[in-house]
Amino acid sequence: MNRDHLRILLPVLSLGILLAAVFYMQPRAMSYFGLNLLFNLAVPVALATIAQMMILMVNDIDLSIGTFVSFCACVTATFVQTDPLIGYGILFAAILVYAGMGAIIYARGLPAIVVTLGMSFFWSGMAVLVLPSPGGSAPDWLRTLMTAKTPFLPVAIIAPIVIAVVMHYFIKRSSLGVLLRGVGGNEQAIERSGWSVMGLKAFAYGVAALFCVLSGMALVGLATSADANIALRYTLLSIAGVILGGGEFTGGRVSPIGAVIGALTLTLAASFLSFLHLSPDWQIGAQGAILIIVLAVRLVFTRREALI
Amino acid sequence: MNMNSNNTRVENPKRGASHLLGVFSRKPWIWAFLAAGATYLATLVVVSTSAGAGSLLYAALTFASFSIIVGVGQMFVVTLGPGNVDLSIPATMTLAATLSLKFMASDPTMIVPGLLIAIGVGLACGLFNFALIMLLRIPPIIATLSASFLFQSLAIWSNRGLRIKPPASLADFATGGTFGLPNAAWVALLVSVLAWCVLEKTIAGRWISASGQNTRAARLGGVPVNAVRFGVYVGCAVLAGLAGFVLASFSGGANLNMGTEYMLMSIAVVVIGGSSIAGGNSNVPGIWGAALFMFLIVSMLNSYGLGAGVRLMLTGLIIVSVVVLASKRGRKV
Repeated sequence: MNRDHLRILLPVLSLGILLAAVFYMQPRAMSYFGLNLLFNLAVPVALATIAQMMILMVNDIDLSIGTFVSFCACVTATFVQTDPLIGYGILFAAILVYAGMGAIIYARGLPAIVVTLGMSFFWSGMAVLVLPSPGGSAPDWLRTLMTAKTPFLPVAIIAPIVIAVVMHYFIKRSSLGVLLRGVGGNEQAIERSGWSVMGLKAFAYGVAALFCVLSGMALVGLATSADANIALRYTLLSIAGVILGGGEFTGGRVSPIGAVIGALTLTLAASFLSFLHLSPDWQIGAQGAILIIVLAVRLVFTRREALI
Repeated sequence: MNMNSNNTRVENPKRGASHLLGVFSRKPWIWAFLAAGATYLATLVVVSTSAGAGSLLYAALTFASFSIIVGVGQMFVVTLGPGNVDLSIPATMTLAATLSLKFMASDPTMIVPGLLIAIGVGLACGLFNFALIMLLRIPPIIATLSASFLFQSLAIWSNRGLRIKPPASLADFATGGTFGLPNAAWVALLVSVLAWCVLEKTIAGRWISASGQNTRAARLGGVPVNAVRFGVYVGCAVLAGLAGFVLASFSGGANLNMGTEYMLMSIAVVVIGGSSIAGGNSNVPGIWGAALFMFLIVSMLNSYGLGAGVRLMLTGLIIVSVVVLASKRGRKV
């Protein structure tokens, strides 16, 4: 087993243990319908987590993901539904804005944490302009896609697997993926070997924006309507998901499969707590506690890793 | 060894524009004050009466002081270097305010114990954060984030949606003013002066900057890096507790989302104020300029009668533009 295998082992184990606990308490969850209910809302979270991973991979952090996904959801529930051409145009322009933001952050040496904080105001303002009060409706094809009755495994399971596998091949196996991770690992080395770091960063931000758009669309497909604050939690959830999945803040050390598993674990943790009949007062706190426990266990793993 | 060499510059005999520009580039906090001043003037175009001008400044100082108190704490944390941010400030504020107001139960004789409780809660939160970072080696962003979930649950559990009023004399103090300045601003001033002295004049302040500039070099140079981290995280949480106490007294009681906006605000004032987000280089005066600026933008856009959406959008664009303008030209290689 190499380092990467060890790194992915803990997220897999924690998801497995949590899933076993849920099945033990509620055996009926162990069915097509049950799994779909458990992991339904994991699809948009997983997409947002991949977006955050793209940013963390190039040594930045994005605190505007929640508001940006909300904005995309608002556009999907309004323009994409009524005038598809304008709707997709807006979403495409938003992706370009994101890529431009990545380029500016690199070119001027700005702190990403502050620029994205500022942009989070911008996106929530845009979301309020697009959809002043909760409402809108999902495009029919999106609703059909998200609620499709696929054979054997529900969409809620298939979609995360597809996302994880596609991104694994893109980030871990393609030459572009290596370059992107290289930007996080050693920016100067990439620059000196003749690549445009600015272009690569802009590309990473653009891909992140694309996943945010997909996340917003998936969310509308599930919720059938949107509001300007629909995904605010995603900023923190996505960071926690990447870290739970074995990613790190610096050095381009990320794992797409781990990130998706991290997102699933966080979603499952919420269901697990409601199965425990925990007082709602403690729901948020227990989520924090689960995060701490998993990271504490990871300490044991990393110690071993250092020995090997 | 003269560790102060950055601050003692050789007097430049040349005067004029280039000299002025040099001073500006050495004092990054000037930009925050310029931005705040420009925003203030832009608001006065609409609020033309002199009484309006005075009361706007007074309100700005009042509301900015809460951001300043938490901003100073966040500044110390950010100084520690990349990846050091305290995301538990809002939860700590809420928890400290909730518990202390519950303890005081509107009884004016309990004000001092109540303040001590708020500070004690801050101390406990800071210790918890530090334990997660140090003992469990969790990255600070995630550690403070998960801790904040726990603090928030505690606050929900202890408060149960009840709104307890602060003692009348405490509320009068928090909303009142002395010598023409709001009392909240005096508290913020006291905190800032203390923080400035610690950062610029004491060995501890030099240790904090040294740890932020190069942790490994600092450790090899004999700086007790872990003790420095301990002090900084606990100090930041104590300031958050204090800010929660003052804010709850000011606004007539604690509520569960009273701290929400201060997560963003605390980071924004540090960076707009000219401290380096990469750590190791911080300044206190800039926090005042940035906090005033952040309040004045919102009141400027409000006084222009814009809708909520446009207001938020412009706030975001202005923050980003200020950060772009205040950045050093080009990249350091």
